[in-house]
Amino acid sequence: MVKAQQFFIKNRRTVVAVMAALLLLAEVGRFAGHSMVAYQIFMAIAGLIGLIPILLTAISSLEIRLISIDVLVSLAVIGAFIIGEFNEAAIVTWLFMLGEVLEDATLQKTRSAVQQLANMAPQTAQVVNDDGTISEEDVDFLDVGTMVQVKTGAQVPVDGKVRDGKALVNEASITGESRLITKQANDEVFAGTILENGTITVETTATGEDTTFGKIIELVEEAQDSQTKAQRFIDRFAKYYTPLVLLVAIIVGLITWDLRLAITVMVLGCPGALVIGVPASTVAGIGNGARQGILFKGSDVMDRLRHVDTIAFDKTGTLTLGRPAVKELLVLKGDRQTIIDQAVAIEQQSDHPLAQAITALPVEQKLTPADVKTIKGQGLQAVITGQEYRLGNQQLVDKLLTDNTQLKAASERLAKAGNSLVIFASADRSELAIFAIKDRLRPQTAQALQQLKQLGVKRLVMLTGDNLGTAQEIAADLPINEVHAEMLPQDKARFIEQERKQGHQVVFVGDGINDSPALSAADVAIAMGSGTDVAMDVSDLVLVKSDLSNLVIGIALANQTMHTMNENIMIALLTVLLLFIGLFAGYVEMASGMLIHELSILIVILNSMRLIKYSPKVDHHQFLVPANDLE
Amino acid sequence: MEKVMMKLGGLTCPSCLTKIQKSVESVDGTKDVKVLFNAGKVKFTLDPALTSTDTVQENIEKMGYAVQGVKTKEL
Repeated sequence: MVKAQQFFIKNRRTVVAVMAALLLLAEVGRFAGHSMVAYQIFMAIAGLIGLIPILLTAISSLEIRLISIDVLVSLAVIGAFIIGEFNEAAIVTWLFMLGEVLEDATLQKTRSAVQQLANMAPQTAQVVNDDGTISEEDVDFLDVGTMVQVKTGAQVPVDGKVRDGKALVNEASITGESRLITKQANDEVFAGTILENGTITVETTATGEDTTFGKIIELVEEAQDSQTKAQRFIDRFAKYYTPLVLLVAIIVGLITWDLRLAITVMVLGCPGALVIGVPASTVAGIGNGARQGILFKGSDVMDRLRHVDTIAFDKTGTLTLGRPAVKELLVLKGDRQTIIDQAVAIEQQSDHPLAQAITALPVEQKLTPADVKTIKGQGLQAVITGQEYRLGNQQLVDKLLTDNTQLKAASERLAKAGNSLVIFASADRSELAIFAIKDRLRPQTAQALQQLKQLGVKRLVMLTGDNLGTAQEIAADLPINEVHAEMLPQDKARFIEQERKQGHQVVFVGDGINDSPALSAADVAIAMGSGTDVAMDVSDLVLVKSDLSNLVIGIALANQTMHTMNENIMIALLTVLLLFIGLFAGYVEMASGMLIHELSILIVILNSMRLIKYSPKVDHHQFLVPANDLE
Repeated sequence: MEKVMMKLGGLTCPSCLTKIQKSVESVDGTKDVKVLFNAGKVKFTLDPALTSTDTVQENIEKMGYAVQGVKTKEL
């Protein structure tokens, strides 16, 4: 039986074509040959051919106690045979199978975006064996530590570290940014990225589903099958609905003693468009997002996004580039270059973002500091050639300097201009300087926030660990409603919890690494910038590209997807309603009912397919700023 | 325990999903069965002491679905 079932699934198109030919022959027999016998015979053969595969599926459904649509159709067709309506049986089965063929093809289309993504996953790798020879192997059988060679034009097959060679790599599949990055010894490379030029040998650190790219695919695949509340409801509904239709048909049959009416009820009651309409829309919507690096973790995320009224942003790395740079060096005492050389030498011992801004300054001589101590929350202390230096905030140097009005005034002015300050002082008071450091807004920030407001988000909130002056200065030119500064990660989480308690639907947008508490507290957690593990674990929506306009597109896409889903539900319900009104008014029969059913299924799938190409009216060119403004 | 992923031929009807889910679950030694309708995949964990991927594959094929590929990973 299984073999027969597989045969029919494989040759569904042929079966539909054969049936179509038989239907034609029957009509030819009736009109040209004036032979009702030929007509009935051809129709009966077509009906039988059509019934077999449907009946087989129905039986296997019943084996697991599932009353599926196939069961309804099989019973209806058998009923039609009993009352001698061979033509009804033939047309109904033919339409049903034609519908399946068309649904199959169109569903493939709604799934295509994700399929394309999955197809981009590397399959084989050039493994460097111990004796230096190279052999091709399936990526799934590679172990961590295996050396693989990647040449020009090839895909990097694994996540790993470059051990040898140098190459230009396009990491668009991971970061969404299509630019070439030079990779050499000890650099990390990612599976799925393309090596544009050069040859490298890579030591494997992860393969297959464990790679960053593999995780992106897995996330999207699982997202497609996650369910919205509406879908869960419909699935539960369909489970009872189909048996209910069967029951109603039996009751109608018993009351009216009209077998014809009873089987018509069975055909008309099929829930086709309802069960396919919801997943078809979410699959297309999620696929569309995935193609642009907007990774929804599930269709319920789209549902929740629609009701959001508050969006809270982390500042550094989200609204701003997260790459602070020294804007001004104010030297109050001492030689400028000597101070830079000393400050760079000391800050090289720290990985604080502000320290990185200072170490980017050009040095004239390399110095080696001794006794470097970190004073928590304040800065660093170190000794260079016998002299003690301090490098950090006001508090740190206060102990060293007695009231210095000049320093105070300068600090105040620089802080007001939105700078973060690092003060450099020597213990002997011969050297004193202020490094004014500023992060920049991302070029798209202002525009994106404006558009979020247009999409109906009521409140935009900035949450930052930075000082209030800096935060307010950055927020000044943005349509931000509230600024909350000097917050620790847990403060951000607490803020979000409170807002939610007050009945707000809150989104948090962060970079996913140090913001995990806030991300977990939010209704919808959005992580921005490259698909890191942590980001994918705690967030509901990952924006692969560090581009806030993708947040706008994501929200618009979510709205549109939910809108399409509701349209589909309406279409499905209206179809059933109209069919039954038509039936009792006497206009609809079994075959025409089936036709309308199949049409409604195609309509909801086609309606969903519009989502694949959907792109909200976000003008990317508006985000373009002159290149010199970017850095 | 092993984590198993089987790639199936295209699934077209939501009832296929239930069928495959039940047929995999019916094998002793399988757990956390998840059928991905759109990706055409079934994922589950398997206790190699109780059963094998071959048994599960047979069960799925008995329902009329083709298994196109099997991947396993030790947990």
